[in-house]
Amino acid sequence: MAVYKRSYHGYAGPLTPEWSRFAILPRYAYTRLFQSKIMTAFFVLCFVSPLVFLTLIYVANSFGSIAKMFGATEARSPITVDGEFFIVYLGVQSFLAFILTSFVGPGLISSDLANRALPLYLARPFSRVEYVVGKMSVLLILLSSITWVPGLTLFAVQSALAGGGWLLNNLWIAWAIFAGSWIWILVIALLALALSAWVKWKIAAGALLVGIFFVASALGQAINAALDVTWGSLINLGDVFTSVWISLFRSHESPHVSPGSAWIMLALISATCVWLLYRKLRAVEVVR
Amino acid sequence: MNSVIELDGLAVDLGGRRILNDLRCTLSARTIGLLGPNGAGKSTLINALLGFHKPAAGTARIFGHDVRTGIREIRKLTGYMPENDAFIANMSAVSYVHLMAELSGLPADAALERAHEALFYVGLGEARYRKVGTYSLGMRQLAKLAQAIAHGPKLLILDEPTNGLDPPARQRMIRLIREMRESGEMHLILCSHLLRDVEETCEEVLILKQGRIVHYANLEEERRANRKFIEMETVGANGTFATDIEKLGCACAIVPNNRIKLILSEGVAIRDLYQIAKNRNVQIRRLNYRRDSLEDIFLKAMETDVTQNGATNGRI
Repeated sequence: MAVYKRSYHGYAGPLTPEWSRFAILPRYAYTRLFQSKIMTAFFVLCFVSPLVFLTLIYVANSFGSIAKMFGATEARSPITVDGEFFIVYLGVQSFLAFILTSFVGPGLISSDLANRALPLYLARPFSRVEYVVGKMSVLLILLSSITWVPGLTLFAVQSALAGGGWLLNNLWIAWAIFAGSWIWILVIALLALALSAWVKWKIAAGALLVGIFFVASALGQAINAALDVTWGSLINLGDVFTSVWISLFRSHESPHVSPGSAWIMLALISATCVWLLYRKLRAVEVVR
Repeated sequence: MNSVIELDGLAVDLGGRRILNDLRCTLSARTIGLLGPNGAGKSTLINALLGFHKPAAGTARIFGHDVRTGIREIRKLTGYMPENDAFIANMSAVSYVHLMAELSGLPADAALERAHEALFYVGLGEARYRKVGTYSLGMRQLAKLAQAIAHGPKLLILDEPTNGLDPPARQRMIRLIREMRESGEMHLILCSHLLRDVEETCEEVLILKQGRIVHYANLEEERRANRKFIEMETVGANGTFATDIEKLGCACAIVPNNRIKLILSEGVAIRDLYQIAKNRNVQIRRLNYRRDSLEDIFLKAMETDVTQNGATNGRI
């Protein structure tokens, strides 16, 4: 099928390993995503807060030297780098990750459904699971790069500055950053994909994702206030995630939702999203 | 000849209704036509062959791979051009075909090369950097064809490839299908309700009605067989002319209005008839091959009562 010959011939060359093909989708998605200047600018902005936290870590560990420069001899740093410090970091980064998801997520599947592209994917040696994993990888990689990757880098810097003793005593913080980030990333990625699969209009899907967080939060508080109960917080995803993070980061704050209920709620949300994706992602839609 | 498709009592249910019922046949031609009126089950059969619908009973095999157990193998060997508009939004044609070729397993470099080649081959070379969403309907059909052939499939499934095309675009599509058939590198399944498209491109035809096979025709064999039936209109022909033709071994009958019907025997060519006509001073004013057109076959098949036994065996 050479261009100059304009005749058809088959392909007999090598093939890529089947397990690696899901990674083709994020590669193409990033090429398109980063063609948008707004998207690129926002992604770069997401690294400003890790830089701020890096500065705070440096200040916390070098406070004595800095104070001496200003003539103070016995000053104590007002900043303590501990679980509470990293829970604040994770709160800021997960908010940015959420905004990024509401930009990127809604268009991932809805455009394929609107343009009836699914039969093209699924007529190839490429399963529905690989399709979902490929589309999800777009978010997983993007969100990882602004949450746990810089988070663990900050942890490493703090360990280097504070010494081996601090690292051994606080190794659990590294696990908390990693696990807390992944829980957030997985749940919002699944939510974004499920909404993208069911709401063909990208803007509506984005609005719905925002609504699920903010409207549900208001609704949960209204239920708590009106009925004098606490289970209304279960539909407030912010409270649910905070509860999980508080338990992971061993924070002294008391959560609105018990960690057990929060874990169950997150498992339910994830299972519902997987079910919604399973129902919707088919090569051919059967009209009953 | 090895079979391309074997249908072995295939049945498919959709929405609680039986859409395909006990399909049985073996197809082995290079180009296979699926014919039938709207709603006959052509697209459902294609979707079942691609594993989009699970068989409710029986099974189907493509190149020996069972759709129940070897669907991934089948998909490696096939290229599919769907009936409806299908593309990736905001993507140039070359990126679109490149992506599809990569998903079929080609390494990125080879996929890009094949994407360019496929787009040139279908005639979209000059427009390959335009977004597919901006293409006309005819161009989108060609882009769909390009993505279906970029990875070099052994079986190309075309679902209504000429839908919505104007006559020149249709001619181009038919020419491409013929070229691919003649390349000898792939088998084709052409699903259409346009008899002319199928007649012009296919060697075997399966006619479906209400989810059952109502007729199987090997057009190539029929063309070869029917070539021997000839009807001539002559001036000046008499018994001796017919006798001379019979001496060649041909069965011959004189019918009213100076017409002669004959069946050419093996080794006898048309020029032999003209030679006899010249010797006997007979003018041959008209000479036609008489055969059933696909339209005749189709219309006869549509009269078949699908509830009769034997209507589903593919050989009636």
